[in-house]
Amino acid sequence: MKQFRRMAYPYIVWSVIMIILPMLLIVMYAFTQKGNDVLTFKVTLDNFIRFFSDPIFIDVLKRSLWVAVLTTVLCLLLGYPVAYIIAQSSGRKKVMLVLLITIPMWINMLVRTYAWVGILQDKGLINTILGFFGIGPISLIYTDFAVVLGMVYNFIPFMILQIYTALSKLDKSYLEAASDLGANKMQSFLNITFPLSLPGVISGITLVFLPAVSSFFIPKMLGGGQYVLIGNVIESQFLTSGNWNFGSAISLIMAVIILISMYITKKLDKTGLNEGGK
Amino acid sequence: MKESRKILSKIYMVMIMAFFYLPILYTVVFSFNSGRSLTRFDGFSLRWYEKMFSDSNMMKAIFYTIIIALLATAISTVAGTIAAIGLSNCKKLVRGTMEQVNNLPLTNPDIVTAIGLLMFFSMLGLEKGFVTMLLAHVMFCIPYVMLSVMPKLRSLDPNLADAALDLGATPWQALTKVIVPQIMPGIISGALVAFTMSFDDFIISYFVTGNGINNISILVYTMSKRVNPSINALSTLIILIITLVLVLMNVIPMFKEWKEKKEKEKQQEESAAIK
Repeated sequence: MKQFRRMAYPYIVWSVIMIILPMLLIVMYAFTQKGNDVLTFKVTLDNFIRFFSDPIFIDVLKRSLWVAVLTTVLCLLLGYPVAYIIAQSSGRKKVMLVLLITIPMWINMLVRTYAWVGILQDKGLINTILGFFGIGPISLIYTDFAVVLGMVYNFIPFMILQIYTALSKLDKSYLEAASDLGANKMQSFLNITFPLSLPGVISGITLVFLPAVSSFFIPKMLGGGQYVLIGNVIESQFLTSGNWNFGSAISLIMAVIILISMYITKKLDKTGLNEGGK
Repeated sequence: MKESRKILSKIYMVMIMAFFYLPILYTVVFSFNSGRSLTRFDGFSLRWYEKMFSDSNMMKAIFYTIIIALLATAISTVAGTIAAIGLSNCKKLVRGTMEQVNNLPLTNPDIVTAIGLLMFFSMLGLEKGFVTMLLAHVMFCIPYVMLSVMPKLRSLDPNLADAALDLGATPWQALTKVIVPQIMPGIISGALVAFTMSFDDFIISYFVTGNGINNISILVYTMSKRVNPSINALSTLIILIITLVLVLMNVIPMFKEWKEKKEKEKQQEESAAIK
């Protein structure tokens, strides 16, 4: 079937041009200064120095990381039980529940996020309900709470589905063996179910953390114009202030942070599995 | 003890589902609001739907979203399938490298892909607009198509194409009459994923478009800066269509199964009667 090999060549060319070249452009812009001619560019670290020497940007970076970590932890804590309950349920009910989790994912993220703008208003649904109990109104919209809520809402289905997939692959006979050997439910969960679901947890964490740390429309819609995360800084560098070099440097910093956190998560996964194997 | 745990898990699931569906319900309800408010329901009206259908910007955005999604799906499905068939016959090194390259747009944050493309298009001197948006969509859709076609190719018997060629088929015939029909389920699911990815995309489109070419996501984003209930009408329309499609997609196989079962029973009855 060697004659079919030629069919790959156009795509190899395409992906070098459309995937690799744009990535290289980001690196190139990040290490050069605005105004330099592309052909005679001078390598400089000024963009990185500017970012790390400005306390405003450091604060933005810290806040972005904090929001992303908090979102990931909340998605895990809230999502794990959901995945577990779905995996435990049977037949048609399981199919229904998975469908119910998936439907919102198919609806445009901006549409779903916009809905919260009304719900979280000072006179919105939540404050009206709280008002019945004589509480509030609490200002919800344009706070950290609103941003984290929006992120959890948008990204938790990824976590649930990943953990659910891992849990449904679990061989039931392990659990039977454990209970035969006298383990109670808690013990068999901690020693068998949870360690074996870790690959799902890890890919869930990746799928939540990655969009959370780079998100820019959720903070803008629910955090208001003053709420700035690293994604918003990149957006404004490219679409309003037009400093592509600085914007590229920031996205490179973000990409490195993501790579490091992925590496740490993978490492944790390995040690976790080893303990599970003992 | 067991009962209480069951009730607890039921309550938890109901709460989670409320969390999932409350905003969607809220959007639908307020799309019928006669007032402008997002928090107070003044009475039923179709005012915002009328406004949506008479708003040329909204209609244009819907049009571009659909056109781009259809074109991107068609192009990326064909290109992705061809590339996948080609790569599956390549040496392991080439295949592995290309799989890594393909993973880049899937694992990179969208914003990184977006700014890369933005700078790339401007380097080429392409004007931001329809063409750049379509190219970007094709670029991020192809990997999804390949991702769903590749496993089907891997499970294909490698002797199948050779057998067709030995029996006198031209390579083109072997391809279209033997290989493609075998991997059709992968191609179809790849096309579906590509369509939804293109239809829902915001970040990449937002960075690479210009000249007034918007899709629905960009429109919602730019309009959400002011209170505008026609967004709710548009959202409700999208929610309705997607829910309908998803439910149908899940119900039709169930219905088919039921029908087949019936037919089998009928056949059994008939054969029993003949006996």
